[in-house]
Amino acid sequence: MLRIVHRRISKRRILLLTVFLAAGNLVAKTEPPAPGAYRMAPGFSRIDLNHQQVRLADYRGKVVLLNFWATWCVPCLTEMPRFVAWQQEYGGHGLQVIGISMDDEEQPVRILYQKYRLNYPVVMGDEKIGEMYGGILGLPVTFLIDRSGKIRFKYEGDTDIKTIESQMRGLLPD
Amino acid sequence: MNRYLLLRYSLAACLVPSLSVLCVHTDAQPPTATLQGASTPSETTEIPTAQLLQPEELVQLLRSSREEKPLILQVGSHVLYAEAHISGSEYAGAGGQDTGLQALRDRVKGLERNRFLVIYCGCCAWNKCPNIRPAYRELQTLGFTHVRVLYLANNLGTDWVDQGYPVTKGR
Repeated sequence: MLRIVHRRISKRRILLLTVFLAAGNLVAKTEPPAPGAYRMAPGFSRIDLNHQQVRLADYRGKVVLLNFWATWCVPCLTEMPRFVAWQQEYGGHGLQVIGISMDDEEQPVRILYQKYRLNYPVVMGDEKIGEMYGGILGLPVTFLIDRSGKIRFKYEGDTDIKTIESQMRGLLPD
Repeated sequence: MNRYLLLRYSLAACLVPSLSVLCVHTDAQPPTATLQGASTPSETTEIPTAQLLQPEELVQLLRSSREEKPLILQVGSHVLYAEAHISGSEYAGAGGQDTGLQALRDRVKGLERNRFLVIYCGCCAWNKCPNIRPAYRELQTLGFTHVRVLYLANNLGTDWVDQGYPVTKGR
């Protein structure tokens, strides 16, 4: 039976099928996501620790690294010096880091803000903003928002910082 | 190599990446990085493994009509509690803070020391949670003899909410 099957399948057909499937792969890999596939980052407007208004919409045209964190979150504190460095290094190239503290109280956030010399705005978060972003039910959570205001990447938990940096740089203008 | 095998290998070589590409691109949500840092229960040193409670165990316990119902206390962030907490649980203060431990002491004051308590946090990965161990130690110090600790390897979202287990919003 197998021999009959073998004879029916010509080399040419095998080759054609291989090329067809391989081409499909190539298209799937290189094809960008359909327009609108990424959802818009929910807008918010809050007063930061320096009493300045922070409106997400004001950062349209920049790549925004939106970091949900808390002073008691160890992995958050590990990441934050990197975010400070990136704000310093890439801020002039179109990056804006924004921190949203999910602490219950503001005082420890202020202390840490000074201690870590945060060079980007930090606002106090709550359940409302957490729910807007799909539920922040564990920290840290970081979103990379592209220049058109769409969420392109989401990182949960203790994530490889090099991955975030690489993907953030990929969103920056050339 | 005969043609039949050649065909099989060709199909396998093409279909595997095809499927993987489909998995990535059919989801319109942004890619989510893999969680790291979650430990297994056996790696915990401060809370005996026997005292740990797996999420599915708690669900069964809550559904059972025969089992003794525990008092379930969230000992982490109040903001995260407000976003979602285990249905029927109460907020009892962040175990990693003195004020939180005081709130926990206040809540359990007057309870029988053999009262069945379940505590949980889920603010972050288990081995990095700042709240659960101090809360457990506090209850041990107070003499509670029937305390189980909900083991949430990653966080409440991944290990409880995403599993479809009962949740309630609000403070």
